[in-house]
Amino acid sequence: MTQSFVAIQGLSAISTRDAGALVLRDVSLTLEKGEVRGLVGESGAGKSTIAKALLGILPFTVKITGGFIRFEGRDLLSMPRRELADIMGRDITLIPQDPQTALNPARRIEAQLTDGLRLRLGMGKTDAHQRALQLLDEVQIRDPKRVLNAYPHELSGGMRQRILIASAFALNPKLVVADEPTTALDVTVQKEILRLIRRMQEAHGTAVIFVTHDLGVVAKICDSVTLLYAGKVIEDGKTRDLLTAPKHAYTSALIAAGPRYDRPDAGLEPVPEAVFRQLRAEVGIAERRV
Amino acid sequence: MGEMSKTATTVDTAFRFRSLPMKTIKPLLREPRVVIAGGFLLILLLIALFAPYIAPKDPLEQDLMLGNMPPANYPGAEPGYYLGTDDLGRDVLSRVLYGSRIALTVAFVAASLSAIIGTLLGLAAGWYGRWVDRVISRLVDIWMAFPPVLLSVLLVAVMGSGLHSVIAAIVIIDWTRFCRVVRAETMAQARLDYVMAAQTIGFSRSHILWREILPNVAPVLIALVSLEMGIAVIVEAILSFVGLSLSSDIPTWGGMIAQGRQMIHQGWWVFVFPLLALFVTVLAFNQLGNGLRTALDPVMRR
Repeated sequence: MTQSFVAIQGLSAISTRDAGALVLRDVSLTLEKGEVRGLVGESGAGKSTIAKALLGILPFTVKITGGFIRFEGRDLLSMPRRELADIMGRDITLIPQDPQTALNPARRIEAQLTDGLRLRLGMGKTDAHQRALQLLDEVQIRDPKRVLNAYPHELSGGMRQRILIASAFALNPKLVVADEPTTALDVTVQKEILRLIRRMQEAHGTAVIFVTHDLGVVAKICDSVTLLYAGKVIEDGKTRDLLTAPKHAYTSALIAAGPRYDRPDAGLEPVPEAVFRQLRAEVGIAERRV
Repeated sequence: MGEMSKTATTVDTAFRFRSLPMKTIKPLLREPRVVIAGGFLLILLLIALFAPYIAPKDPLEQDLMLGNMPPANYPGAEPGYYLGTDDLGRDVLSRVLYGSRIALTVAFVAASLSAIIGTLLGLAAGWYGRWVDRVISRLVDIWMAFPPVLLSVLLVAVMGSGLHSVIAAIVIIDWTRFCRVVRAETMAQARLDYVMAAQTIGFSRSHILWREILPNVAPVLIALVSLEMGIAVIVEAILSFVGLSLSSDIPTWGGMIAQGRQMIHQGWWVFVFPLLALFVTVLAFNQLGNGLRTALDPVMRR
């Protein structure tokens, strides 16, 4: 088998704040070029920790205790700082979670959108300006000239998320890590943003790690899914297979827990306690953590 | 959010005031506290700058024949001495006007210096964390355990009285106020996603601190500087009152209050007018500070 584009192998991590609690347990997953993989799980399942580890921005309260993250065959965790800094923000970029806080309120959109172009590609002011206009056009923002001159608080959440997507794809990265990019948006905007990410990803041939807790979002955008619970991979596979023929009881329970729009009178189906008992036994923890 | 039509109108109105100064000033002018208190302080600043031209008399000129004259419109008032005279026959109005010079000097210099020191330490503690934070935070804790007035009296006593000592005493005591607020605000900003985004783009930590975080800490800082100016005016008055500030031939409000207190039964005006000046000035600084905090907050501004 040839080397995967991104390969995470046996990744384990502990939280130094929470008395050495395991936040990742022997996580392995692979990602091919141009693939969109969803990372799904409840709060505290470790999906954001994996995303942050990929970007090299783990908080110092989380310590990696074992495993590798191979990006194009090179281990990101043992790489010298300087080489890592070269990859981060250029080959691997981020679409942040909350468009309210992901743009600096004190700086104009143009300054923030051209930061990467100027710092990493060494573009001049006018070139970067032209490229920024192009990018805003690409993410379907009307009147990009005005938007470039605006401050973040003058724009709506959907507009801001578009700008963040433009910013993430600005340097033609090989991998984009999307950390719950639609969670803070309302459902109609959410749909547009998902379509936009998919379109940008296809146009640029970029692989995407898509962190979310919403299986509906996964069904719309992801080629493959990794389901996590308490830092452990529970199930992993092609989106279609995993959603139509789940192998693990937790997966089926999660799918069943979603609202049924065709039967509004039916109540919501919580994940049964028996499934959690089984999960706890598999993961090896005494109490449900969340 | 989300409705595109609404977004378009927001952008349109915003762009009518595109130039940066106008954009910054406009929300400030909408805040009545900023306009009124700021206006008063501006007038006070002009009075301090042009005191020699405005004051009707020489504030130091004594005329023992005209001692304890009441303010104008009171029986026995001396024409030309609008707020009366003190026991040495010095014009109270001129002395109050001249007193603004010391008050404002102390306010601006002491507040700026304590803001600079406190901000630098607060930024470092909030941004670099770990041992830097632990050292600076413990220092602040220890500092704040001293009773402030006692400490300032002690400091002035050690350094000798004079304007420099008063300013130094205020700075040495009050930098902790800035340090604590700036540290907390820096930590809050550092948790926001835009800081993470700047990190992934590849900016250095110090670049992010100065160019990304500091501009967002600035509104709180500006408001706090204004509040601190009011505090500095009070502390200067306290030190003047206990005779530790400046020699009595330089008119200060605190010194005048101390002098007036001794002869309050013969002439209340020597006591009341500098007290009134002090009160209104401190009130103006406080209101300006509170108004600025509201007006500059990007969230409330929306």
